[in-house]
Amino acid sequence: MASALINVPGKAKRGEIIEIKTLMSHIMETGFRHTVTGEPIPRNIITSFSCHYNGVEIFRADLFPAIAANPFISFSTVATESGTFDFHWIGDRGFSESASASITVE
Amino acid sequence: MSLRHAIVAMLLAAVATATLRLQASEIPHFERRSGFSFMTPETQAIQNDDTSNPGMLWTLDGEALWTSKAGAAGKSCADCHGDARVSMRGVATHYPDFDAAQRQPVNLEQRINLCRTGHQQASALAYESRELLALTAFIGRQSRGLPIKPNSDSNIEPFLAAGRALFLRRQGQLNLACANCHDDNWDRHLAGSAITQAHPTGYPLYRLEWQTLGSLQRRLRNCMVGTRAEPYDYGALELVELELYLMSRAAGMPIETPAVRP
Repeated sequence: MASALINVPGKAKRGEIIEIKTLMSHIMETGFRHTVTGEPIPRNIITSFSCHYNGVEIFRADLFPAIAANPFISFSTVATESGTFDFHWIGDRGFSESASASITVE
Repeated sequence: MSLRHAIVAMLLAAVATATLRLQASEIPHFERRSGFSFMTPETQAIQNDDTSNPGMLWTLDGEALWTSKAGAAGKSCADCHGDARVSMRGVATHYPDFDAAQRQPVNLEQRINLCRTGHQQASALAYESRELLALTAFIGRQSRGLPIKPNSDSNIEPFLAAGRALFLRRQGQLNLACANCHDDNWDRHLAGSAITQAHPTGYPLYRLEWQTLGSLQRRLRNCMVGTRAEPYDYGALELVELELYLMSRAAGMPIETPAVRP
């Protein structure tokens, strides 16, 4: 099952500011809700997101229960060299998903 | 009731009629607008970009399901239908469609399940399950941008008429017909939300309120609960008839599947 949508420009000029967009499939259950019989629904959220550009961390975010399902995270960076972006999402119940995208810098 | 009370009641009734247009009249063709045009630019942007539209997560799942084998027959959708980009193009524009064997119209979800139980010899997928929504969204996606075509099958007519009658019929504790909001007051607001014209152009769609993808029938049942009526069950003929009427009402408008709505 598809879990992530990644949008990284395939090509960029050296020094150009590029936008990176990520969408991860996740229910982001807050832990504050109850079932019809009154039992609490345990929290199940993504707690951390990170992005590495050729092995160097360039972006990190902590996520909290108030963030909507299927979190969309967008950020910018400077295109310095050709290579890969590695994305990593970590969450409750051992949730761990990775994705990557490559870029050619001219 | 005293005379004074009767007069007050009559005045209140007159005020209520004056502030809310309650006579059912269909929307002129040139005034029809997709729910998309009622949204903020920010929400429109989510739908417009396939990498920010969460409905695409289901569409991609649907693409994977299309080629995966299911059931005792060991067949996938693709084994019969081939490349969905070709074979499913335009299909969603003319559903619900008449099914000769059932002698009644079926919507896209029901058609998928008929394929599963008949040709794949697999179990039917539950309404609103991730798999059924994913396949419906994937098939619907192949018609994106194509105009909705009114179904011309003559067998459809009585069902279409029943759907129209249901659209115009007052129901529920609030005694509201669909038409009272969506034909007569679509340019107004209920609480903070735009009422809109109820054109089913983007289903199944991602509602921010639901935090997930949902079918047209889920939306219809929501509206019925809103009027404090007893909603029909998923797959009920009445809901399919209502879908038929809504599609005929939106004839010519482009499909947006998977759309995003607030």
